[in-house]
Amino acid sequence: MKDMLSKQAVGLKPSGIRKFFDIVSEMEDALSLGVGEPDFDTPWHIRDEGIYSLEKGRTFYTSNSGLIELRQEICNYIKRKQGISYDPKHEVLITVGGSEAIDIGLRAVINPGDEVLIPQPSFVSYEPCAVMAGGVPVIIELKAENEFRLTAEELESAITDKTKILILPFPNNPTGAIMERKDLEAIAEVIRKHDILVMSDEIYSELTYKEKHVSIIEMEGMKERTILINGFSKAYAMTGWRLGYACGPREIMEQMVKLHQFAIMCAPTTSQYAAIEAIRNGDEDIKEMRTAYNQRRRYLLHAFQEMGLECFEPFGAFYVFPCIKEFGVTSEEFAERFLAEEKVAVVPGTAFGDCGEGYLRISYAYSLDNLKLAIGKLADFVEKLRREGKQA
Amino acid sequence: MREELLAIIERNSRIDLKELAVILGVEEIDVVNELQALEDEGIVCGYHTMIDWEKTSIEKVSALIEVRVTPQRGQGFDNIAERIYKYPEVTSVYLISGGFDLLVTLEGKSLKEISGFVSDKLSTLDSVLSTATHFILKKYKDHGTILTKKYEDQREKVSP
Repeated sequence: MKDMLSKQAVGLKPSGIRKFFDIVSEMEDALSLGVGEPDFDTPWHIRDEGIYSLEKGRTFYTSNSGLIELRQEICNYIKRKQGISYDPKHEVLITVGGSEAIDIGLRAVINPGDEVLIPQPSFVSYEPCAVMAGGVPVIIELKAENEFRLTAEELESAITDKTKILILPFPNNPTGAIMERKDLEAIAEVIRKHDILVMSDEIYSELTYKEKHVSIIEMEGMKERTILINGFSKAYAMTGWRLGYACGPREIMEQMVKLHQFAIMCAPTTSQYAAIEAIRNGDEDIKEMRTAYNQRRRYLLHAFQEMGLECFEPFGAFYVFPCIKEFGVTSEEFAERFLAEEKVAVVPGTAFGDCGEGYLRISYAYSLDNLKLAIGKLADFVEKLRREGKQA
Repeated sequence: MREELLAIIERNSRIDLKELAVILGVEEIDVVNELQALEDEGIVCGYHTMIDWEKTSIEKVSALIEVRVTPQRGQGFDNIAERIYKYPEVTSVYLISGGFDLLVTLEGKSLKEISGFVSDKLSTLDSVLSTATHFILKKYKDHGTILTKKYEDQREKVSP
């Protein structure tokens, strides 16, 4: 059959991570610093609640938006954390991971030709989702000298009369950057002035190591124009449960519920019951995991300092983003050689946008013992490259 | 830093001071001082090693013994607890709320040795009213550590 495929789908660049995944999965004994999910198991009381819901025979669809109890708990949670109230009946939707929320959120608001502002380096899905929604991705290249935060000037200069929505991916994967209150206030002012929407992906909101996470919805006039995305994967180590949520203005949520209803029906029922337990009784778990991540974060930054590897101090998520420009190789070359010669996988910064060139994403979702092993190999490799550089 | 430090060394007392300082984000000298203070205050009482004796060829038997006792005037349970914990084969003694008073854990070379201790030494103490001995058949988890299974990373090696 000719013209079997969608030109739009074919036109999407495959994820830069995929290539590495294929090489690494061939290597039995490779160490990895390339994982984008917590190393902790889902806390037992949460798993137990999932099991209990199965025992009880809760194996049917829930309402399209998700269990009202869970939506209510999510509203309580946001009220507790951000001091902002959402209406559980009309302003919350439970999705299949934060990823689905990104997809349908964009499809709910984009008209053909609308520009979608995407700060990069950032998560791999925004750009293809924007394209599939009929939008035109406009990349804002974040800079190391700003600690990879989005500045008001960068935002201002990317806005045109076609700009529809800004994606705000903080705390950030892959850089670990956060936005503090003052940063968000400056952004909010530009957003209000140009009357555009925001999709704030706050999936790492519980993992910050400086001050408490601040959300754009706390800024004046922003709740009304923001699709807030969060979920259970990172905070509660629940990646495989595929459960996220979106909160936003009723008009937008009505369209999102419609798309969700036709494509998905509802998020997995077992996961929803487990999530109620997580959000009600999971604060201690988060605290424990956050403490462990923070220890590892300090360990890595110190190790980079010792090996003379340049890295800004990231205060969020579980990634560090060291600079490898001194070696005169591309991120991809570095990562490929590091894997081939030392059998350690890291993800090249370019997997998260062209402006990730010259950087690596190193995940600290590993035990300290594992990190030590892998970082020891990184130190050896860095030494080797420096020796080669001198000889050349 | 105290709570975090305690949580770390409770899991791993062998961690070196330099590394402790790095992961806590403080100076090494602060860690040294804090550890000294914790020892002086009797908060850190020892640095033991967790051993799964099952995996060795050395025979060991442990038991939990529920002990009901008559408390003594002016002394409560302390006196009798002391008489029990002074035996070296006793590894722990707890005062317990509920149906009995003292929970005694005991380690010996054989069943015979433990039953001998209970019948000859423990039961014959004046204030001991009764004992119930439970032999430990298998340890699944001890001191927060799972003994039966090793951690296995089940994640995909690379993911976005």
